[in-house]
Amino acid sequence: MLTIDNLHATAGDKEILKGISLTVNAGEVHAIMGPNGSGKSTLAQIIAGHPGYTVTSGSVTYEGRDLLALQAEERAQAGVFLAFQYPIEIPGVTNAYFFRTAYNEVRKANGKEELDPIEFLDLMETKLKLVEMDPAMLHRSVNAGFSGGEKKRNEILQMAVLEPKLAILDETDSGLDIDALRVVAGGVNALRRPDNAAIVVTHYQRLLNYIVPDFVHVLANGRIVKSGGKELALELEARGYDWVLEAA
Amino acid sequence: MSSSIESLVNKEYQYGFVTDVESDTIAPGLTEDTVRLISSKKNEPEWLLEWRLKAFRRWQAMTEPHWSNLKYDPIDYQSQRYYSAPKSVTPLQSLDDVDPELLKTYDKLGISLSEQKFLAGVAVDAIFDSVSVGTTMKTELAAHGVIFCSFSEAVHNHPELIKKYLGSVVPYSDNFFAALNSAVFSDGSFCYVPKGVRCPIELSTYFRINAANTGQFERTLIVADEGAYVSYLEGCTAPKRDTHQLHAAVVELVALDNATVKYSTVQNWYAGDKEGKGGIYNFVTKRGKAHTNSKISWTQVETGSAITWKYPSVILQGDNSTGEFYSVAVVNNMQQADTGTKMIHIGKNSKSTIISKGISAGKGQNSYRGQVKMLPKAAGSRNYTQCDSMLIGNQCGAHTFPYIEVANNTSTTEHEASTSKIGEDQIFYCKQRGMNAEHAISLIVSGFCREVFKELPMEFALEAQQLLGITLEGSVG
Repeated sequence: MLTIDNLHATAGDKEILKGISLTVNAGEVHAIMGPNGSGKSTLAQIIAGHPGYTVTSGSVTYEGRDLLALQAEERAQAGVFLAFQYPIEIPGVTNAYFFRTAYNEVRKANGKEELDPIEFLDLMETKLKLVEMDPAMLHRSVNAGFSGGEKKRNEILQMAVLEPKLAILDETDSGLDIDALRVVAGGVNALRRPDNAAIVVTHYQRLLNYIVPDFVHVLANGRIVKSGGKELALELEARGYDWVLEAA
Repeated sequence: MSSSIESLVNKEYQYGFVTDVESDTIAPGLTEDTVRLISSKKNEPEWLLEWRLKAFRRWQAMTEPHWSNLKYDPIDYQSQRYYSAPKSVTPLQSLDDVDPELLKTYDKLGISLSEQKFLAGVAVDAIFDSVSVGTTMKTELAAHGVIFCSFSEAVHNHPELIKKYLGSVVPYSDNFFAALNSAVFSDGSFCYVPKGVRCPIELSTYFRINAANTGQFERTLIVADEGAYVSYLEGCTAPKRDTHQLHAAVVELVALDNATVKYSTVQNWYAGDKEGKGGIYNFVTKRGKAHTNSKISWTQVETGSAITWKYPSVILQGDNSTGEFYSVAVVNNMQQADTGTKMIHIGKNSKSTIISKGISAGKGQNSYRGQVKMLPKAAGSRNYTQCDSMLIGNQCGAHTFPYIEVANNTSTTEHEASTSKIGEDQIFYCKQRGMNAEHAISLIVSGFCREVFKELPMEFALEAQQLLGITLEGSVG
């Protein structure tokens, strides 16, 4: 589904990614861990098409297409979804309208019929239950005045609505209490299917108790320095990152 | 990001065409004779000519105000033409007699004057240069006792109402542009809603400037008698021309005891080109007087004009009266707007709300100027002001000039202001959810304007949507 080959990228003058290679197949969940400043969020943002970074070499292929040649919205329409580490506020625009616009834009790009507001509300009803959110939040402005936990749930709700093929969760667990974490992880698990995949970026092993990954990668200083199965996360939790970095 | 913003804000002006009609246009220049000529062309009674002449003499003694935050070349009042009317329009004609060329013009503007295609639930008075082309649905309104017609017609048919209310809210001596308008105003709309009547449909005036080098000076007077209600809409467009054209209007609203007047404007005069060539100079005086328990509400969406100088205001004369001002002002390219409101609290427990949203793009300069004044007798009065600015790009400007005076110790005023920039992060967030940049900006801007758009009647909300390229569905309701 996704093949990243020797990816180098800069932000301004600073090289942040220094040769990342990663293959994600349908049905897999990959966890990306690593210390602060290792380039985890940058990798997530570059896959999603954030304009703040420059890819200097390497390639990203998604379902046979050159992902880097696509606009951010084209990537979204092709099924790439990023759950933001810091979800953005859009005052005055209701969640319901924002979600429906996003949903219909993706549908339209894929030659499917758009849903009208009534049909869409029906769809939302089931999705809201998945993340245990109050329907009243549909009428609030996008993320404006939301608590940290609400914002993160709102990201997962969007993911549930858009049903992406490739979901990237950028530190979705940070700032969540244990109940919210359970809800968010439950939502993600419910959406796992043999034909989609997820990349979970996290600092902590804690989230991986709930979202069990097939592979764990350690990112340090812009490179993947170690990959393994789910047990690697437990080892990192117990021993910290230093031993991996030294071995690298 | 910048290229998508540019393409959005640089959309072609759709209403820039010129209608080819034979016009009766007077020579440029402004003297007492010009005033007499206009009055005689309109076959006016002596008392109105006298009023015009008093205004003209007063105007001659005044100087153009320059306290606004607007920069423009001096206006040569002697090079303007003060009257132009299509020859095919005869006074007091019926709609059946309207020149097909003029009907086509309004069709192109999306305003149908022909009987079969009236906008549902809206009566329209169509003003073309200096005259009214026709007013729709007059008979239907008359059944409710509502008078809605051109100003010229009202002068002849309802002189007692005109004499009573003309200049009662904006005296001819009020300011330079109001004095000029009082001297040379040519047409406009008049509306009277009798006691206790709720006007069953929206009333609307559509102003069109067509003739070159001609100013438009219209005058609108709306009177809601005790307990009456009326909602009124105003739209305006003009052809693209290389020279600046002057538009100096006066609007007077009167809400008698327990009455409500709601006045909405979508101003889309030609704004000039990217270099600031051409465009309308819009110097407008709009004011309402609210009597006991009455309410006057202004909503404006200002997108056009090279220069906008406009402060729709409310004199809260009566106890428990309410004044509202909801405004979206957009400037782009070289446009400049200095707009806001005045809320003058005289009555006890009077209440005013000001919500102003300024959007600046290109090299546009947007100023909010608002006065809130609580007089000694206005005990227990309240004002809430919220004034938000949004910047698109980094060559534009937003300015805020609030003036607050409270002369009693039981009134309260609140003023909140904010400035934000459309962020790359907001646009990226929308793009990551599948929307293109243009759609993203529309969405963000419409959210920003939501509090104002929800005050617009539905018909106009749609027009505002087209104007700003904004999808309103999410921001209304």
